[in-house]
Amino acid sequence: MIARLSDGLRRALDSDIFYSFRNSPLTILSAVVTLIFFIGAFFSPWLAPHNPFDVATLNLMDAFTPPVWLPEGNPIYPIGTDDQGRDLLSAIMYGTRVSLVVGFCSVAFAMVLGVSLGLISGYFGGMVDSVIMRVADVQLTFPAILIALLLDGVVRGLMGTEQHDNLALMVLVFSIGLSYWVQYARTVRGSVLVERNKEYVQAARVIGLPSVLIMIRHVLPNVLGPVLVIATINLALAVITEATLSFLGVGLPPTQPSLGTLIRIGNGFLFSGEWWITVFPGIALAVFVLAVNLLGDWLRDALNPRLR
Amino acid sequence: MRLRTLFTVAALGLTMALPLAAVTSTPAAAKTFRWANDGDVNSMDPYARNETFLLSFNLNIYEPLVRRTADLKKDPGLATEWKATSPTVWQFKLRQGVKFSDGTPFTADDVVFSYGRAVGPGSNIGTAFASVKEVRKIDDFTVEVETKYPNPIFVDEITNWGIMSKAWCEKNNAVNSADLTKNEENFATRNAMGTGPFMLKSREPDVKTVLVPNPGWWDKPQHNLTEVVFQRIANGATRVAALKSGEIDMVYTIPPQDVEPLKKSDGISVLEGPETRVVYLGFDQARDELLYSNIKGKNPFKDPKVRLAFWQAIDTDAIKTRVMRGQSQPVALMWAPGINGYSKDVDVRPKYDPEASKKLLAEAGYDKGFELTLDCPNDRYVNDEAICQAVTAMLARVGVKVTLRAQNRLKYFAQILGPKYDTSFYMLGWTPATYDAHNAMQALMQTRDNKQIGLFNVGGWSNKKFDDLANTIAQELDQPKRDAMIKEAAIIHRDEVGHIPLHQQYVVWAARKNIDLKQQADNMFPLRFVKVN
Repeated sequence: MIARLSDGLRRALDSDIFYSFRNSPLTILSAVVTLIFFIGAFFSPWLAPHNPFDVATLNLMDAFTPPVWLPEGNPIYPIGTDDQGRDLLSAIMYGTRVSLVVGFCSVAFAMVLGVSLGLISGYFGGMVDSVIMRVADVQLTFPAILIALLLDGVVRGLMGTEQHDNLALMVLVFSIGLSYWVQYARTVRGSVLVERNKEYVQAARVIGLPSVLIMIRHVLPNVLGPVLVIATINLALAVITEATLSFLGVGLPPTQPSLGTLIRIGNGFLFSGEWWITVFPGIALAVFVLAVNLLGDWLRDALNPRLR
Repeated sequence: MRLRTLFTVAALGLTMALPLAAVTSTPAAAKTFRWANDGDVNSMDPYARNETFLLSFNLNIYEPLVRRTADLKKDPGLATEWKATSPTVWQFKLRQGVKFSDGTPFTADDVVFSYGRAVGPGSNIGTAFASVKEVRKIDDFTVEVETKYPNPIFVDEITNWGIMSKAWCEKNNAVNSADLTKNEENFATRNAMGTGPFMLKSREPDVKTVLVPNPGWWDKPQHNLTEVVFQRIANGATRVAALKSGEIDMVYTIPPQDVEPLKKSDGISVLEGPETRVVYLGFDQARDELLYSNIKGKNPFKDPKVRLAFWQAIDTDAIKTRVMRGQSQPVALMWAPGINGYSKDVDVRPKYDPEASKKLLAEAGYDKGFELTLDCPNDRYVNDEAICQAVTAMLARVGVKVTLRAQNRLKYFAQILGPKYDTSFYMLGWTPATYDAHNAMQALMQTRDNKQIGLFNVGGWSNKKFDDLANTIAQELDQPKRDAMIKEAAIIHRDEVGHIPLHQQYVVWAARKNIDLKQQADNMFPLRFVKVN
């Protein structure tokens, strides 16, 4: 077991991908940044200096404390507090966690939906293919954010405010996921069209394996490369979309603030000089999205045989 | 290539045509006044809700018998004169020759009809008529109002009562007001037709409402407007940015944090002053079990100790300095300075003291605290949601775990107002329309009779002695005696903690320098005093 593991590790370190990773300082940097965000976000209950959700610890008199390097700054709150006296650093850590959860879940949802539809479409062809691809074409003509807004609005109308607040996270995942599945479906379908006439698929068919099994066991692993690239870039997109929706006030409620909600709350204080309430969550969002995008770009190049 | 040339030509043509179009569509005399608020007027029906903003907006279209001047003096509106012919009868002489904007003449029938509509189902303004026994037509231009008891301030009570056209309401199936608390709608919800200085041109709920002057208005206009565009801009920063950029001319609610920066910016004048409104918190004391709490089988708010504990847990001074940035005046009464019946020596708040509060809660049997939902509007009062968040945190410190439910005013009022009173702990604000404490006592604090009295007593606080005092005050003509009774009633309410008054908020409006307008202490905004220079 250990031998197999170390063998695998050695092979991974020897691989082309790792080679290209090692030789790109920008990629290493963005990987480190992404990792810091992941750790900061997912371990926020242990790492964050305060718990912004425990309202009993908030003191209104601490509200609008500026960052520590400005006059009136307080070392307890390194980058200041918001309008209710919440520590901004902790709020950003917790907020990033919410944003990431939404991001990961909606990417997973979009991926499962898109990949399955793409597989079905490419493998069966004909009518099925036409229907699925035309739906995808129509959806591609709308910007993803518009679709997410529309879905969110419909669900909100159906549920009422209170229920919506409780389910806001699910609704967001659903609407963002539904607006990004097309790319997966298109890509997977293209790859499946190439793969399905190859000998190994024909061989599997000849032995009499059921179509579902052929798709999952044989075709899927061979089309996953591009899906991984899209998923990485989509994570950044999903986080941005979530932030946009929350900024517009249709995303997560202030009781479980994400980065977008924090930016929205802070936006009200831009003219009055409390810039840190909106600028720091904004910087966090920008840096994280940039890092993930750079990682995705690198992954795309590394997996592209023509660029080797 | 040809296509590209075509595009270039088209683009050039457009850029040249646009400014031209703008010039031609705006004749030199056009004076469009654009203004914005965080929340919308939720109905064009002037009886739909007894709320300052809704009344204020709709009174540009509908007019009362007796209106108010900019400095809040009574002024003949649709009635040219009025007098008490006996202690219980008021006689109004109506203005002759007035036409509704659809051309039908205004007569006594419309007044009698409007009274029936105002006290009828769906109307929310019935409280003003609590003393009225009957409204009679004497002849086409004379109306008599008979009251159940001598009511010296009746005329003050009806200055927000816009007269509607009987014919128009009957024709359009809007004889009764649509009940906003049930999300009802009828023709009068989106359409309006009155005798007033302005007419409704177009209405997109939550987006834009356009008014144009009524050319057939009986009075000589003081304004010089040719069009009024009202927009709802929910985000405070966006509102301020729109004002700075000149996209809008006036903002009705400036967020406290933007007041100082705005004062320093060129071309914008900031108008501010204390409003005669008290923002307060109320508790459900009527039900035997709270609707939104984890305490079952009893209602903690029936215990005055719990109510006092809440009051002592809330630091109104911190709310003043941090949330309101100094633009509020904490009060202990349900009516603010400027209202007849306010007395400084009663205006004493219990000390902010979380320890005392915890002790009181423990004495009442809630040493482990309890859970509760606080209902709050998020576009009605200045920084309402932020105040509620702060209250949530302050109560958490004495062990009461409060969940905040903040909604826009349409949903909020539909939920918490009568007849449902669907709340356990809520925020409201009140300006006595008569500038007299009795109005607040009757609407907010007297025991509900489920008709007109106590209509806004959302929590159902009830005190026999207080009720008796309020009923006597309504009829008392001797001013010193009356004031003494108001004071006594105020002390009863304060000591029992019927509600928790938070503060008197400041009204802050801002307008571009070329706009000439007057700010009123009741936060009403009649467009007929606005001038665009």
